Order: sequence, then structure tokens, then C-alpha cells
Amino acid sequence: MSSQKKRDQLILHTALTAGRIMIENGSEIERVEDTMTRIAHNAGAETSQLFVMITGILMAINGEVGAQIQPVKRRTFDLEKIAVVNQLSREFATHDITLRQFADKLDHLDSETKYFPMWAQLLAAAMVSGPLEVVFRHNLHDFWISCLVGMIGWLVFYLLNKFIQIRFLSEFAGAATIGILAVLAVHMGLGLSVDDIIIGGVMPLVPGVPITNSVRDVLAGNLVSGPARAVEALVSAAAIGFGIAMVLQFL
Amino acid sequence: MTVLEFFIEVAGTYVSTLAFGVLINIPRRALNFGGWIGVLGFLLYRFTVLSGGGYVVGNLLGAFAIGVASLQAARIKKMPMILFNIPALVPLVPGGQAYQMIKNFALGQNATAFVFMMQVVMISGSIAFGFLLSELVNRVQQRAWRHRR
Repeated sequence: MSSQKKRDQLILHTALTAGRIMIENGSEIERVEDTMTRIAHNAGAETSQLFVMITGILMAINGEVGAQIQPVKRRTFDLEKIAVVNQLSREFATHDITLRQFADKLDHLDSETKYFPMWAQLLAAAMVSGPLEVVFRHNLHDFWISCLVGMIGWLVFYLLNKFIQIRFLSEFAGAATIGILAVLAVHMGLGLSVDDIIIGGVMPLVPGVPITNSVRDVLAGNLVSGPARAVEALVSAAAIGFGIAMVLQFL
Repeated sequence: MTVLEFFIEVAGTYVSTLAFGVLINIPRRALNFGGWIGVLGFLLYRFTVLSGGGYVVGNLLGAFAIGVASLQAARIKKMPMILFNIPALVPLVPGGQAYQMIKNFALGQNATAFVFMMQVVMISGSIAFGFLLSELVNRVQQRAWRHRR
């Protein structure tokens, strides 16, 4: 294999890995296109052609290798990885790291997940539920029970999502748990209003990333990926709604 | 709205925006900025509603401010913009109305449910439109910025 061909191969590999990591972790399409074009340009490819969709990327550069496809299979929300890819791309643009180092760091980034520790995430889920319940409903009495219910609901969602990996079912189960716990809490005299506890408790499950990204994607003219994300957000919202509605039916 | 209520709302919005950022694993450096942008957007919404501007205009202004402020934060911190505007959007989500809609549908009171559904649609639409307007400002600013260099 000629050295030029190896170099082209490495450029394609780096750009495609960067793009896949960004889409997998919840970036908008325009940023992916921008980053991949920059990587190819900074690595010395004169022109590059890109086709980025939410389920896969197709990329070609002028050189000795043909176009390559990179499927995007899983989809999670880990915005730190997007920030890291962004940072690496900037460092590569200013020649602080070489293409080889860039590729190695991307492969490394792909295999590790550096979430906040479990207790911090649980605390965060509680701190989304309680304060928002107070902000939305002005019900200070139910602050602590909202924190607790939201935390347990989010824990159910998180564990199920880890094991069955179908986001919508986990959201459904999490919402149903929140509903049941809220009704139980009011029955036992721990809370005043079922409505307020549920509204607060459901907030950690809100699909914030797909909502924001679908708007931005449609605006940028990605008429396939934008509506796809909107459907993702709608199905999530519907799953949460069904979970709550099921509990209220059996009240 | 008393002064105490005001501070409780600001603190609640800040804490919840920050905590949502932790849940979607936003880098620590970006958390604080995101929290304050969330407060900014929510306060604009709240004051518009208090001064009789209505839900739709309030959400529109809130989302617009979040969009513009996020781009400034992204430029200062040299980080992607979505790190700031996703958590900041959370306090504007029409959670209460969406819940009332679901509840009334589940209990079979369809007429009331449709009223709330209309509100949810209007609020979501105005948030989306607020983002659209902020994107307009951002593009103009980016163009001017590039031109000047």
C-alpha cells in the first residue's frame, strides 16, 4: 500500500470516527458536517464529499481510496464526548496534535465512558425534580417528596435502559413508577398533591436533547434528520404520558 | 410575587438547569454558564407573563434569549453551543400543561384535555420559533464577525 493511500485511509477513518461519535452522543447534523469537513481539510485533502444522516455517514475524499460508510447504531446523550471531539478538532487545526494522535485519541474516547458517578447522577435527578416542582407549582410542602420520587423514577429508567436498551420502554416504566409512588406518597400523607409530585418527578425524563436538535436540524435544512429527531422526542413524550395515564386510570 | 418567592424561583431554576446538565453529562466547565442562561430565559418568560404578555410571547422571548446567550457563551468558552441551550431549555418545558392534558385524557374529560393540548402545542411552537429567531440573529452576527476578520 502506498504511503499516500495509507494517509488517505487514515484521514477517512479519523473523520468518520469523529462524526460517528458526535452523532451517537447527540450532536446536531450541521456541526458533524462542519467538523468532518474541517478535519479532512486540515489533514490535506483538497475536497471532501459528505452525506450525513442520523443513522449513518457516507464520506469520500479526492485521493486513492474510495468512499466509505460508517453506520450509527446506538444513540445516547453524552455531551461531554462532543465537547472533547470539538476540542481535539481545534487542536488538530492548530497543529498541536498529529493526525495519528488524533485518530488514537478518538479510538480511546470511543471505548471509555466518563459519566458523573452514580451518586451525583441520582442527586442531579432529585435536584431537577424538586426545584422544578416548586418553580412550576409553588408548592414548597412537596419539595422533598418530589425529589425522592423523581430520583427513584430516574433510577428505574436508568437501570432498565442499561439492561434492555429500549429507551421508550424504560421511559414508560420510569413514568409509571413515578405515578405509583406519587399516589402512594399522598395516600400515606407524605405529600399534598399527586399532580405536583408527578409534574416534578417526570422532569428528569424530559427528552431535551432531541427536542433542541430537531429544531436546529430542520432550520439548517436537514429535512431527514430533523423530523426523525422530532419523532424520537414525540415517542419519548408519548411513552412518559402513557406511563402516567396508566397509573391515573387505575386510581 | 414577593421577593422571597422570586429568589426561590431563581435558585430553583439555576439548580435544576445545572442538575439536568449533569444528567446528560455536560462538561463541568460548561455547567455554570448553562445554569445562568437557564435563569435568564426563565426570568424573561416569567416577567413577560407577570406583566400580562401571555404564555406564547413569554416562551418566545425566553427561547430567543437562550439561543442568543448560548452562542455568546459558546464563543467565550470555545465549546459547542448545544452544551448551553439544551439544559437552559428545561425550565421552559410546558410540563404542567402536558400533565394536565394526559390526566384529562385518561379520565375521559376530552374537552378540558383539548384546551391543555392547545396550550402545549402553542408553547412548544413558540419555543421553536424563538429558537428560529435567535438563529437568525446568530447567523447575521457570524457573518458580520467573519467579514470583519
